[in-house]
Formats: sequence, C-alpha cells, structure tokens
Amino acid sequence: MTTEAISPGLSAGTLSGPRGPKPKTVTIGRIGVYAFLIISAVFFLMPLWVMIVTSLKTMPEIREGHLFNWPALLTFDPWLKAWDTACTGRDCNGLKPGFWNSVKITALSVPVSIVIAMINGYALSFWKYKGSELLFGILIFGAFVPFQVVIYPLIIGLSKVGLFATLPGIVVVHTIFGMPILTLLYRNFFASLPIELFKAGRVDGAGFWGIFFRIMLPMSVPITIVAIILQVTGIWNDFLFGTVFAGRENMPMTVQLNNIVTTTTGTREYNVNMAATILTAAVPLVVYFISGKWFVRGIAAGAVKG
Amino acid sequence: MTQIAEPGERAAPGFAGTAAEHKPRTRRKFNIQSVLGTTPMIVTAVGVFVICIIFSIIWSFTNSKLFPNFNFIGLAQYERLWANDRWNISVRNLAVFGVLSIGVSMVFGYLLAVFMDQRIKQEDLFRSIFLYPFAMSLVVTGLVWQWMFDPNLGIQSAVRQLGWTNFEFAPLVKQETALYGLVLGGLWNGVGVTMAILLAGLRGVDSEIWKAAKVDGIPTWKTYLFIVLPMMKGAVATAFILQMTGIVRVFDIVIAMTQGGPGVSTQMPAVYVIQHITDRVNVGQGMAAATMMLLPVMLLIAVQYLLRWNANRKAGRA
Repeated sequence: MTTEAISPGLSAGTLSGPRGPKPKTVTIGRIGVYAFLIISAVFFLMPLWVMIVTSLKTMPEIREGHLFNWPALLTFDPWLKAWDTACTGRDCNGLKPGFWNSVKITALSVPVSIVIAMINGYALSFWKYKGSELLFGILIFGAFVPFQVVIYPLIIGLSKVGLFATLPGIVVVHTIFGMPILTLLYRNFFASLPIELFKAGRVDGAGFWGIFFRIMLPMSVPITIVAIILQVTGIWNDFLFGTVFAGRENMPMTVQLNNIVTTTTGTREYNVNMAATILTAAVPLVVYFISGKWFVRGIAAGAVKG
Repeated sequence: MTQIAEPGERAAPGFAGTAAEHKPRTRRKFNIQSVLGTTPMIVTAVGVFVICIIFSIIWSFTNSKLFPNFNFIGLAQYERLWANDRWNISVRNLAVFGVLSIGVSMVFGYLLAVFMDQRIKQEDLFRSIFLYPFAMSLVVTGLVWQWMFDPNLGIQSAVRQLGWTNFEFAPLVKQETALYGLVLGGLWNGVGVTMAILLAGLRGVDSEIWKAAKVDGIPTWKTYLFIVLPMMKGAVATAFILQMTGIVRVFDIVIAMTQGGPGVSTQMPAVYVIQHITDRVNVGQGMAAATMMLLPVMLLIAVQYLLRWNANRKAGRA
C-alpha cells in the first residue's frame, strides 16, 4: 500500500466524491446533519473570532468582559504595539525581530532540508546500496522518537562543532528532524515513477547525478510543493527547537510570542497579546488558505512531525 | 516501521507497509555517488538517531549535573525518577491526556467525517474550517485558549453576563480540571486532521458495500459503525499513530497554556526532561526520564512487528 502511497498524480483519496447514500429531500435527518456541522464549525471558528475582536478592542473595553462582541471602539494600536514595541523582559522591540528571525530560519531550512531529502529519496529508490534500507529504517524510527530523547546529546554535539545557538545550528536541527518524513515522501514518490524512465536515462549513459538533474528533478515538482508546504508551516510553527537551539540572537517568532504573552511584568495587555498571536499565526494561515487541498495531502505525512 | 499512507488510497491491507513490498528496482550495484549523495542521511541516521540515543541512555546511568560526565551510579537516577512525585504525576497526566485526547478525537473526528460524507453542500468550506487550526502552531493554540479560559474576562464571564451567573468554565485555574482544558485546546488544533484521514478512509471503502447493505436493509448508522468502520483499519491506524507520536512529545501547548500548573497538575514527561537539562541542571535525571520516553515508541514498534508477523503467518497459511 505504501510504496505508492503518495502518487505523482494529484488524485488524492480525499478529493474523490462522497459515497454516502444520496439525500432525497429536506428531512429531519438532513437538518440534523447541517446542525451538527454548523455547531462544530462554530466551535472551530470561535477562537479565531475571539482573537480578532480582542485584538481590535481597547483595554478598558476588554475589562468590561463581553468576550465575543465586536469592538465598540475599533483600534489598531494593539497591532502596531505587538509588531513594534511590545516588551519581552527588558527588550521592547515587539515581534518584528522574531518575525525576521523566523523568516531567516525558514528561508534557509526549507530548501536545505528538501534538497537533501530529495536526493535521499532518489537514492533509496534507484540506487540502493548495502545498508541503505537499514539507514532508511533508522530514519523512519527517528520520526517516532520523542525529540527529548536526542536533544541533549545534540546540544553537546553542536556545541563541540561551534554551531549551538547559531543560525546554521538551528538550520541543521530543522534539517535533521525534517529528514525522516521528507525522505519518506520523496522515496514513495520516486518509487511510484515508472522504472523505464530510469532505464532510459541509463541507456543514454547518464549517471547518478545526470538522471537526478535531467529526469527526476523536473518530475518532482508536485511532490516538492507538498514538501514546501509541510516544511514552511512546520518550521514556522516550531517552538521547542527554537527555544533550545536558536539562542537569543535567532529567537524565532513563536518563542518570542510566548515570551511577550507570558511576561509577568506590568499589566497584561490582552489586545496586544492577541494581535501578536494572530501575527504569528498569519504566515502558516496564508500558506494554508492559498494551498488548500495541497495542504491536506501534506498532512498525512506531516502530522507525524508533531 | 510504519510508513504513513496517503489516507484512503489503499487503506485495505493495514498500515504496516514494509520494505519487502518495495520491489527491488535495480540491482544493488555499489555506486559511490549514491553513498556520497546520501551522506547527510547517513550522518543523521547514525549520528543522531543511533549515537545520540545511545549517549542519552549512557548518561542516564551517571550523576551528570550541569555537564555530562561518566561517573556511573547504576540505576540510581531511575530509582530517583520513580520516587519523584513530579515525574509520577507527569506520567499519570500524560496517560489521562493521551486517552482522553485520542478517544475524543477519534469519536468526534469520525462523526465529523460521517456527517461530511452525506453529500453536503459547501464540503470544501467545512473542511477548511475544521482543518485551519492545524495550520497554527500549538503555541498559538495554547495562548488563544488560555485567553478564552480566563476566569475573569473569558468565556466564563461572557456567559455570566448573559444571565447564567453561576456558570463555571475556567478549567485552567483549578488543579482538578486544568488537564481537561489542555485536552480541549489540543482537540481544537488536531481533530480536523483525524477527520480528514478518516473521511479519506471512508471514501476508500468500496461502494458495492453500500449497495449490499442497502439491499439487506441495514440502517445507515449501523453500516457506518459495524460494516464500514472495520473496513477502514488502515485509516484508523494512521490517525491513531499520528496522534500517539504527537501526544508522547506534548510540550509546546503545555508551555503556552499552563506552564505545567497550577501546581504540577499539567506537568508532562517532555516538560520534565527539558526542565532537568535546562533550569534544574540535572542532566542525569533528565536523561533517565528521556530514556523512559523511548518506551512507548519501542512498544509501538513491537506491536507493529507482531501484527506484521501475524499477517505473514496468515498469508503463509492461505
């Protein structure tokens, strides 16, 4: 089942039509179906609504309660403050340093991790060598290992080579922990391609890299889009690695957001906190709404990253 | 080890995709370029997922404090670990959190999937709504729900203002209920994924089954529960494993939502490990806890091998 699991064509199972019994007319049952779905939808949308309205209210209005009400007095100051001047401890630069750090981390980690995984998957499909399957097995095992089990030795190892708490360091960490799932993704993809493609390349005298660049790379565009969605959202949303490996200089947005919100000095400004929360969620949300069904495809593979 | 299948496409034979199914496509002729090209994989697999784990285990038998050392003290760290209330509560919390999260997520996720399968209008819209929380980080999830659970300004006060003055809904402030608040936040984030996987599984079931059930006059709900559900074991297993791995390492949402409190009521093993290697500078203890966290994963692998072995045996008999 799985070697072809993620097929080159985009005929994902999720996209095929419903198979349930055909509804005839408006019945009690139909109303029940929609009632259930709409109530569920309200549950899922409620936090987003609360986030948005809270971020647009003034603090006096928030203190009156009325969590769900649209602001009586619309203000965008919390957004400006969250971006520009909100404090974490002594620094009052808002979220923007964190945003740019996350941009840097994501922009570097995504291509590096994807290129490496692409080569892995290609080699594992067409150029197996003694031990390659064992390595792949270990890698997949790695997808299930709780990060806490390897984190400390990794800290020591990265310190030894001078990469701990640096930008290259966090990129290496994201590459390592993205590798199992991305390699699986590409291996399954390449394994589903017709072997004749590969053989034709061999007949033409192309070697490992020749076939990779001339045949395989151009063919892997669809799966690479899935991989990019997976990695951009995964790395942007990361918190644990950012806390441990990025260091103060490269603190990603999620870590800074948490610091801003949980900072205990002074009165808590809920409107600023919620504006900051939306700002942090914005990038993956935009990716989600643009990518639509591609995102769903990435999920089965991606959720394993946790 | 499991290979996560694209849900639904080939859900039938169970989730245990094996290397054996992967037909040999080329003769294993040694190619130096292939080895060179996969150097990062070799380094990661061996260096991180073997050597780092071995070091974690080794250091769990030492009295390492701020820096790792090799003064072996036998099982003392493990004895201390299991004598520590904080750890025992963490493990209990994780069990409660895991069982509740997976249980509710499966039931709610399957219900959503079944209702989505009723040829409804605006299916894509509903799907987007159920899934969008998953695009957000667990830190964002934790912070939003922490705000909504605020005892003075959150849902509780909003409902009280509507007239129900005794309404109580602020789980995070009480030790007995904080864990349930965490479960709710986690569910909001992840149920959509369970729904998507199970829906794909539903659609992967042969439509002949539906016709046969109809001819036999079996009610729709019975068909969903007793006929279709057992046929989509693959999708259920995928959803289950995805959640399992996420739950064992639950960390971000705890830090954002409760920081383990009030008291130690939402303390988790993953948080325990990180605290011991950072604030509490007790590496040996942290590594003992980390090693214990490997156990559920090992168990999962063992179960999988058992299932596969069983399947092979059956196949051999047939």
